[in-house]
Amino acid sequence: MMLKIIYRNLVYKPLNAVLSLILLMLSVAIISLLLVAGKQVSEKLDNDLEGVDMVVGAKGSPLQLVLSAVYHVDAPTGNISKAEADKLAKNPLIETAIPLAYGDSYKGYRILGTTADYPGMYKAELNEGVLFSKPMEVVAGAAVAQKEKLTIGATFNSTHGEDARGQVHESAPYKVVGILKPSGTVLDQLLLTSVESIWDIHDEDHQLKTVPPHVEGEEIHHEDHTEEPEADKQITALLIKFRSPMGIMMLPRMINENSTMQAAVPTLEINRLVNLMGIGISTLQGIALAIMLIAGLSVFVSLYNRLKERKFEHALMRSMGTSRGVIFMLLMAEGLFLSLAGFVAGIGLCRIGLSMLNKRSAEEFHFQFGYNWVPEEAWLLAITLLIGIFAAIIPAAKAYRLNIAKTLSDG
Amino acid sequence: MISAKQLSYQYPAGKTMVYPDIESTGGNALLILGKSGCGKTTLLHLLGGLLRPKEGQISIHGKDLTTLTEKALDQFRGQYIGFVFQKSYFVQSLTVKDNIMLAPYLAKKSEDTNRLQALAKSLGIDHLLHKLPATLSQGEQQRVSIARAIIHHPDLVLADEPTSSLDDENTATVAGLLLQLCRENGAALVVVTHDERLKSIIPNQITLVP
Repeated sequence: MMLKIIYRNLVYKPLNAVLSLILLMLSVAIISLLLVAGKQVSEKLDNDLEGVDMVVGAKGSPLQLVLSAVYHVDAPTGNISKAEADKLAKNPLIETAIPLAYGDSYKGYRILGTTADYPGMYKAELNEGVLFSKPMEVVAGAAVAQKEKLTIGATFNSTHGEDARGQVHESAPYKVVGILKPSGTVLDQLLLTSVESIWDIHDEDHQLKTVPPHVEGEEIHHEDHTEEPEADKQITALLIKFRSPMGIMMLPRMINENSTMQAAVPTLEINRLVNLMGIGISTLQGIALAIMLIAGLSVFVSLYNRLKERKFEHALMRSMGTSRGVIFMLLMAEGLFLSLAGFVAGIGLCRIGLSMLNKRSAEEFHFQFGYNWVPEEAWLLAITLLIGIFAAIIPAAKAYRLNIAKTLSDG
Repeated sequence: MISAKQLSYQYPAGKTMVYPDIESTGGNALLILGKSGCGKTTLLHLLGGLLRPKEGQISIHGKDLTTLTEKALDQFRGQYIGFVFQKSYFVQSLTVKDNIMLAPYLAKKSEDTNRLQALAKSLGIDHLLHKLPATLSQGEQQRVSIARAIIHHPDLVLADEPTSSLDDENTATVAGLLLQLCRENGAALVVVTHDERLKSIIPNQITLVP
C-alpha cells in the first residue's frame, strides 16, 4: 500500500516527475557515457601500447606516426628505407625492432606486413590454423574473421590504400592460413601477413600488369621477376623495444637529428592526445554535473510545491494512525524513487548511446565499446541517490513537523 | 466507551478553555452543539488525541490517552478512532476504494473487501469505488468519509461538522447513515456541530458555552 501511495503520488501530477526524471536521466547518461567510454578508450590505448617504446617512420607528424603504426587509425607518414631501418635495428640499445609495411586493406581492414614478432609482442594466440610463413599467406584478427566470415583457406584480393573503394590488386590474392583468438587489442582488427607479401604485390602491380587473373590455389612464382636490390626495399615503420631506459634518452634525438627517419615515443604522444581530450571531457562532466544539480532542484521544487496541497492528506493519514516518521519516510522515498528511476533510465540511455557509437565507430575506427559496468558507476549511483535525499529532506522534515490539529481545523 | 473528565485546553495564545465532562457508550450518539469559536473542534481534537489537554483525562477503550507517547497515540488513533471531518480529505492520488482501505491498512487490521463492498452498498457509493475522490460530489465524498471512518471497527467515531457543507436532503441521508452505521457497528459516535438540523436526529445533546 505504501509503495502504491508513493507511486500514485508521483504519477498523479506527472509533469513535475517527468521533468525531474528527464533531467536526472540526461545527466546520468552523459556522465556514465564519459566514464565508460573514457575508461575503455584509455584501456585500449594502453593495451595496444604494450611493448612499444618507440616508433620509427618517415618524417612528419609524430602523433600521426604513432596513430598509424601502433593503433592503425591514421594514414602512414610515408615509407622509410629498409636498409636504414636495418642499420638502426642493430643498435645495441635496441632489444627488438619489428618492421611494419602497410598501405593496403581488405574491406577497410588494414593488411599489415610484419614478422611473427608482432603478434608475439601482444602475446596473441592462434584460434585455428598456423602463422603465415610464405608470402601471400594471411593470419586474420578475430574481429575481422568474424565480420567478414573469413575461414581457413579463404582467399581475397587486397585494395590499394585504406579506402574500401580503392584500386584492387587483382594479380595476387591472399590466402587465410590462420585466425587469431580475440585479444582486446588492435590485432583483432588486422590482417597480418609477411612484409614480403606487400613488396610482391606492389612489384607485380608494376611489372606484371598483363598477367591474366590467376586461378585459385595456383602457386605464385617469384623467380619470374628480378629481385630488387635490398637497398631499394622500403617499409613503413619500425616498432622498437629498448633494452634499457637509456635508449629512450638517446635514440629519439639521434634519429630525428641524424637520419631521414623520424622517431616518436608513443606514451608521450598519447599523453598529449589524452590531455587534449581531457579538456573536452572535463567540460562535459561539468555540464552533466550542473544538469544533475538542476535535476535535484527540480525534484525539490516539485515535492515542495505539492506539499501545500498535500498537507491535508498528510494530516489525514496522521489522524488515521500513521506516525510522523512514516510520513517523513514517505516523502524521502518519493525523492529516492525518482532519483533511482533517473539513474536506471540514465544507464539505459548510456548503453543505447554506446550501441549507436558502436555502429559508427566499428566502421570508422574498428573499435567496439563494451557494455560492462565500470566501478565509477557505483559512485554515480551514490551521488544520484544523495541528490534525491537532499532534494527530499526539507519537504520531508516540513511534513514531519506538520501540526495536524491546526491543518484539519483550518480546512 | 469514551469518557472525558475535567478537561481543559490552553491555546497557544494563552486562553484556557474548560470543557464539561463527556460520557458515551458504544452504539450511542452524542451531539455537541455550540456557536462558531466556542472550541468545538478543539474538543473533538482533544477527544481524538490530535491535541493534548492542559488538564483532565480522556479514556477510550479503557486507556487514558493523555498518558500515551506521540507514536503510541498515533497508533491508538488509527486502531480505535474513526474521523469524519467537515471537509472531506483524501489522498488525492488514490482511488475511492484505496482511500477507504487505507483505514484498516494504517490501523494494521485485516483488509476485508467483503466488508468494503457491504459498506459501500449501504452508503450507496459502490459504483464510485474506482474513481478518484476529486471527481465526486460533496455528498458522495462525505459518504466515502463515513465508510473510511467505520470500516476498521473503531470504538469511537468523531465527526466534525459532517453536514455543514451539505444541503438539507443530503444532510438527512448522511446523518442518518452515520447514526445507523455506528449503531450497527457498536461504535460510540460524537458529533460536534453548529448545524441545528441535526438536533432533531440526535436526541442526546450537550451545548458548549464560550
